[in-house]
Amino acid sequence: MSKISATITAPENRQAPPAPVLRDALELVVSAVVPRTKNIVSVHFRAAGQQDLPGFVPGSNLAVECSGTGGRTKTNAYSLTGSGTFPEEYTISVLRQDDGAGGSRHIHGLRPGDRVRAARPRSAFAPVTTARRHLLIAAGIGVTPILSHARSAAEWGREAVVISVHRDGVGPHSAELRKIAATNPSISFLECDNRTDFSQRLTRILRQQPLGTHLYVCGPEQFMDDVLAKARTAGWPGERLHSEAFGQAELDPGDPFAVTLASTGEWIAVPSGRTLLEALEAAGKNIPNLCRQGVCGECRLGVQAGRPLHRDSYLSDEERAEAASIMCCVSRSIDPEMELEL
Amino acid sequence: MTVTLTSVPDIGSDPAASLRRFPFPFRTDTYRYSTNVEPAGKQLETAAGGWGDLIVDIDAHYLPEIAQRAEILRRDPTRQAGAAHMRAAEWDALLYVLGQLARDYPHTMRLERSGRTVSWSNTLQGLSVDFTYGDDSSLPGGPLGFLGTQMQEDVALLDQREGALWLDSGVVTFAADWSMGFDVGMRFLEIHGPVPRVHQEGIIARAQQFMMRLQPGEAYRRTNWTMGLDGRLDTSTETYPEWGQDRTNVIHDPALPDRVHLRVEVQHIIRLPHSGAIMFLIRSYLEPLSALASVPAWRETLAHVLQELPQDMADYKGISKYRMQAAAWLASGQ
Ligand code: HEM
Ligand code: FES
Repeated sequence: MSKISATITAPENRQAPPAPVLRDALELVVSAVVPRTKNIVSVHFRAAGQQDLPGFVPGSNLAVECSGTGGRTKTNAYSLTGSGTFPEEYTISVLRQDDGAGGSRHIHGLRPGDRVRAARPRSAFAPVTTARRHLLIAAGIGVTPILSHARSAAEWGREAVVISVHRDGVGPHSAELRKIAATNPSISFLECDNRTDFSQRLTRILRQQPLGTHLYVCGPEQFMDDVLAKARTAGWPGERLHSEAFGQAELDPGDPFAVTLASTGEWIAVPSGRTLLEALEAAGKNIPNLCRQGVCGECRLGVQAGRPLHRDSYLSDEERAEAASIMCCVSRSIDPEMELEL
Repeated sequence: MTVTLTSVPDIGSDPAASLRRFPFPFRTDTYRYSTNVEPAGKQLETAAGGWGDLIVDIDAHYLPEIAQRAEILRRDPTRQAGAAHMRAAEWDALLYVLGQLARDYPHTMRLERSGRTVSWSNTLQGLSVDFTYGDDSSLPGGPLGFLGTQMQEDVALLDQREGALWLDSGVVTFAADWSMGFDVGMRFLEIHGPVPRVHQEGIIARAQQFMMRLQPGEAYRRTNWTMGLDGRLDTSTETYPEWGQDRTNVIHDPALPDRVHLRVEVQHIIRLPHSGAIMFLIRSYLEPLSALASVPAWRETLAHVLQELPQDMADYKGISKYRMQAAAWLASGQ
């Protein structure tokens, strides 16, 4: 869910950093818009070209580019509701938040035929393959990744218990979940339309699960905290509790800075969204490199002045503190200017 | 299940071609371990040609190596290990690899899919088969067993959970001095337990961190190398009694330049799209010193690497007994 829980607590959906996320972007076209409740809409996308859409891991999210104000584009990530196996469409369901930063309004404004750019789906809330049973708990729009999990469980015959809690009497995806449960003996579905009722049932359900059950929860922050606290009280170990939390987030595009080269005095700008290595390469410098991910150690450069903003996993803590080297494929500068031994 | 076998075209064999595509692994004339990963699919030039444009690589040894794998598995089924919780990963791996083959070898391989119904044809094997994605009984050998019959690469599948990567499934018949049967079920860090230096230097921890962050569809590669004798691919721990002796008897053998081979593994690390498992492909290439020496730059580099390699690394690679003789022969320029 990610974004989705965040929707209810505070800001708009999670804002993914535009530049790195949308490298290698997918071109999509809206194929259908389906209203779910009075403020939730499902949007279906197909590939704009001939290529198959990439498959995805259950619980993945799609970062969709939205045109923001002042011509700036930004991206918002939404959970995909499909199982991820050979998708012909990508489907997201989005709750409109009029007080948000505008991402949800943008999605609600989409019409069939509209084109959007999106990053490849990112996995952030994957099922644990060794779980004996999957206890999937959702509140409100948090049901989106839970639906993805339920569909995947149905495909692979995994045992799952799905619980959906919602206020308005209509769960945005209850009809699909009911159908999945009706056609798959390994899956059951429970709906609750009031919190007190849910709370009592949950206490019972948490005690009834076989050893080796994993719990996944998605919904508003407070809801997730409550469910997790209850599970811990009931003796569930932390390794078997999962709430939508972004995995290692994509490196953010970073602030712009500039470097000067000690040997020639050359000045090179490094804009936001572009790496120092890329900027040096564009200026015709040949920098040894391999992984471009901050792990291999090949692209190390000496720093003469300025403080590097280390984002690699290569340098040791001492080397970081010394600030005499930088791994230019991922790291940036704290100061607006930095001088390199080059 | 429908399987059809027809006659097989001849792909021939050309020793010069294998040297041209040999993934000579040394960038400088000394070698140390590092987290040497780079994006997959990038062609690299070497002194003799180039390699690396494809993830799954078919060469003249395709049919013999696949036949050899089948024979090894028949004698020792523990080289293949699967697990119920890895079924989705195994199917994912199969379709990923078949998709690569069909894309890169359109004249011999074809993959068609409609929903979960898949048709695969491989004219190198005169094979065509229809199966249902996710239905293990629809494919000879199940997804993993069948995968091992379509490519020369060994495959290991790692599941990510509890903050670690677990080697839970795979078909490895050409292991360089390790054992799939022994390592299956272990964590990535445990598997690398016996390797010298890499833990103190943080190489393995960084590699794990890197792999755990890979997103679906991302593909990287690295090379690793050792030496082997007589072109033997199966130097698994299980068969040590068959090949262990050769390390000693080659030392004074005048045929040493033909017997001692540089063994390079091109290893691909791929986050599979549907299951999120890490697929580790290991492809082993062997060339005798006598052939490598025909490329002057390789002769020189390899001579220096072997002569300079620290003792603990040479011991671990199992080449201590003969590496100085090999280096001397290369350096002598005969
Ligand atoms: C970036 C990723 C990796 C790095 C940097 C790495 C590094 C290494 C190194 C340096 C060695 C010693 C090789 C030698 O001297 O010949 C080794 C051995 C080995 N590696 Fe990896 N490796 C990686 C990924 C993997 C993966 C994904 C597997 C999965 C199965 C794996 C399985 C092994 C095994 C089985 C050995 C032999 C260990 C033994 O002696 O029992 N490696 N690796
Ligand atoms: S290129 Fe590997 S650390 Fe920068």
